[in-house]
Amino acid sequence: MSRALALVVSGALALAALAAWPLASAIAQDALPPAPYAYTQLEDPALEAKANALMHTLRCLKCQSQSIADSDAPMAGDMRHQVRSRILAGDSPDEVRAWLIERYGDYVSYSPEVSQTTWPLFVVPVLLVLAALFVLLRRLGRGRSDKIASESSLP
Amino acid sequence: MIAEIGLAALWLAAALAVLQMISGAAALRSVDGSTHPLAIYARPAAIVQAVLAVLAFLMLLRAFAITDLSIKLVATNSHSMKPMIYKLTGTWGNHEGSMLLWVGVLALAGGLLAGLEKRLPEKTMGATLAVQGFIALGFYAFLLLSSNPFERLPVPAAEGIGLNPLLQDIGLAIHPPTLYAGYVGLSVAFSLAMGALLTREVNPNFARAMRPWVLGAWVLLTLGITAGSYWAYYELGWGGWWFWDPVENASLMPWLAATALMHSVSVLAARDALRTWTIMLGVLAFSMSMLGTFLVRSGVLTSVHAFAVDPERGAFILALLLIYIGGAFTIFALRASAVSEGKRFAAVSREGALVFNNVMLSAILAIVLLGTLYPLLAEAFDARVSVGPPYFNPASAIFAIPMFLVMAVGPLLRWKEDKPLRVQFEMLLIAAVLIATLAIVALAGDYPLLPVLGLGLAAALGVAAFLPLRGRKLSRVPTAVWGMVLAHFGVAVSLLGMASEGAFTEERLAAVAPGDTVEMGDWLITLESVAPVAGPNWTAIEARVAARLGEGEAVTLTPQARNFWSPAQATSESALLTRWNGQLYAVIGAQTPDGRWQLRVWWKPFVTFIWYGGLLIALGGVLAIIGRVQVDVKRRKAAELGEERRADLAALTPEPAE
Repeated sequence: MSRALALVVSGALALAALAAWPLASAIAQDALPPAPYAYTQLEDPALEAKANALMHTLRCLKCQSQSIADSDAPMAGDMRHQVRSRILAGDSPDEVRAWLIERYGDYVSYSPEVSQTTWPLFVVPVLLVLAALFVLLRRLGRGRSDKIASESSLP
Repeated sequence: MIAEIGLAALWLAAALAVLQMISGAAALRSVDGSTHPLAIYARPAAIVQAVLAVLAFLMLLRAFAITDLSIKLVATNSHSMKPMIYKLTGTWGNHEGSMLLWVGVLALAGGLLAGLEKRLPEKTMGATLAVQGFIALGFYAFLLLSSNPFERLPVPAAEGIGLNPLLQDIGLAIHPPTLYAGYVGLSVAFSLAMGALLTREVNPNFARAMRPWVLGAWVLLTLGITAGSYWAYYELGWGGWWFWDPVENASLMPWLAATALMHSVSVLAARDALRTWTIMLGVLAFSMSMLGTFLVRSGVLTSVHAFAVDPERGAFILALLLIYIGGAFTIFALRASAVSEGKRFAAVSREGALVFNNVMLSAILAIVLLGTLYPLLAEAFDARVSVGPPYFNPASAIFAIPMFLVMAVGPLLRWKEDKPLRVQFEMLLIAAVLIATLAIVALAGDYPLLPVLGLGLAAALGVAAFLPLRGRKLSRVPTAVWGMVLAHFGVAVSLLGMASEGAFTEERLAAVAPGDTVEMGDWLITLESVAPVAGPNWTAIEARVAARLGEGEAVTLTPQARNFWSPAQATSESALLTRWNGQLYAVIGAQTPDGRWQLRVWWKPFVTFIWYGGLLIALGGVLAIIGRVQVDVKRRKAAELGEERRADLAALTPEPAE
């Protein structure tokens, strides 16, 4: 997103903004033009939908808390291009994700997988379900038995 | 002088907080019948403190309004060329200013509590004010010792640095103040809970005193989150409205706890049940506010909202967090056994449904907390993990789906005990709507699972929300019940918006030259022209985009790509076309090497319902407050009438003959 983007290009922009307005967007000042699929969709709507869903779950590494589908940063554009190209080449979203993780590390994927470093993320929800069941049984189950007990004790 | 007056007011307010603490604690030592001589100062101290803290905030506001560049905070965060509204809102668009706003609202809430709340026993009130003073003192110390907003520069700056352009928006006028007021309202609920716990007064009377604060805080949090979500949606330029960003989660967690607390405190007020639950949720809700403040203000997350990065401050807030929350849980652990659980109820009863949903809300809260903190924890051990929508959505849905189902039926049940058979017609109706909607959507196309479930639940909840009115004379339905109906309907509306946005959004990204037309669903989008425009502190290129639905009239949208010069930063100003059934969202991007322009457009069906729903929920909360006040006034009047009548009777009764 633009905030992170500003960090990257703020210096260049200060001069550019004074010099000329047609250079309005920050991306225009990057030495290289954005890759073809950074801002262009795939022709096939089904493939584009796949790529789009995947891009929303990949982190823009130069940004702060943003997916590559929500960012103006040049690197996010490059990654969108990579994702779209690979999907177009016939890779499945999972393969593309695995390839990106291999390249950039677990950090790139917003969809954590069970591993040595992430297991608590999956164990805790299971424990939560058990804890919720326990609390509910104790709270609601006992209330019921008490009531029945008190009712049966009525004359 | 402005800065000096503000700083002096802050120091005085801090001193009064100490007095409030001592005097409130002294009230606890009052022997039955008599008041401890020190105890009389707590209320006046709280009120004067509120005046002083608000004065300090007004002084900073004034410094920003006149751009007093001899004050460091103004010089580093403002600019003389900024429009006046952003000069004013810029007061809290930085760390020190936003903490001063926090403290100002905190003191104001304490003053209102001291001035208005007369129903509680004096001892409980003393303990409450002592806790409130203790909290305020911590934050005064934080401001004065590590974040002085009034620091002067040795030499005044020639010009200010300016405000982050993304914050130069009306959103900054609404989102932080409402959210902070909500956070701080929860501090009052926390103090009341501690006061009641310390003096063993956890009862319906206490719940009735606490309820308006909880409801008020919850309404403000709802509005703050709704406003923040819409702000992010139109400002960030990619059409996302919720990112599960840690800072967003920091505001969602107190809301989840406050929602549970609000329901729990209502049960306590009406039925004298759920005493320990209410206290625990009161502690939890404020803990989450503090945690949210810590996450945002400490800079542990380098995220979009975290405009403060300073580890010293982080350590300070963390210490405050540990003192307050650790202390609260210690008192809770020591006293909880002394608080009886209150009245019993059956599993199938309105209380039972509320307990079930409070457990579900707490579980969702735990999921959000885990997903937010785990990456930070992992980072401390040099493992980088990202947790995002693919985790939060399904993990919270595990608990949200049963919660929505119980929410549909719960309000139909009777208090204490009920038979499912009594509401079988309603249950069948809700199930029929749910299944029919799921079937229709599943037949209509291949959509992701969660949005489809969301649509079904939204339809079922939308119908179920109004069922409590069935068979009642509408003119005699209490205002508070209307509030519940409206708020529950708001949840359905919001859910519909989220699910619809998730399932049916259409997107078109294209490089176009002026005159070119692209198709998106039924829309024809034409880029007419691109021209430069200038604002007070920015220049921009503005695109004129004509949008036509089928054969309909063309509507012109003017998205801009702006360049601010102080600080130098580019932003996209999206252009929105709102229809009753959705929003068209257009953004103009960069120019391609061959001279065409990057155009991004989305059609988001019913996306606006997300925020309409949020507003309905808040409105429901407001109606609930009004309803409670009405009942209170009536009850007080009836009591006065009764007293008068008794006095009359006493006067009429002849003196016993001698």
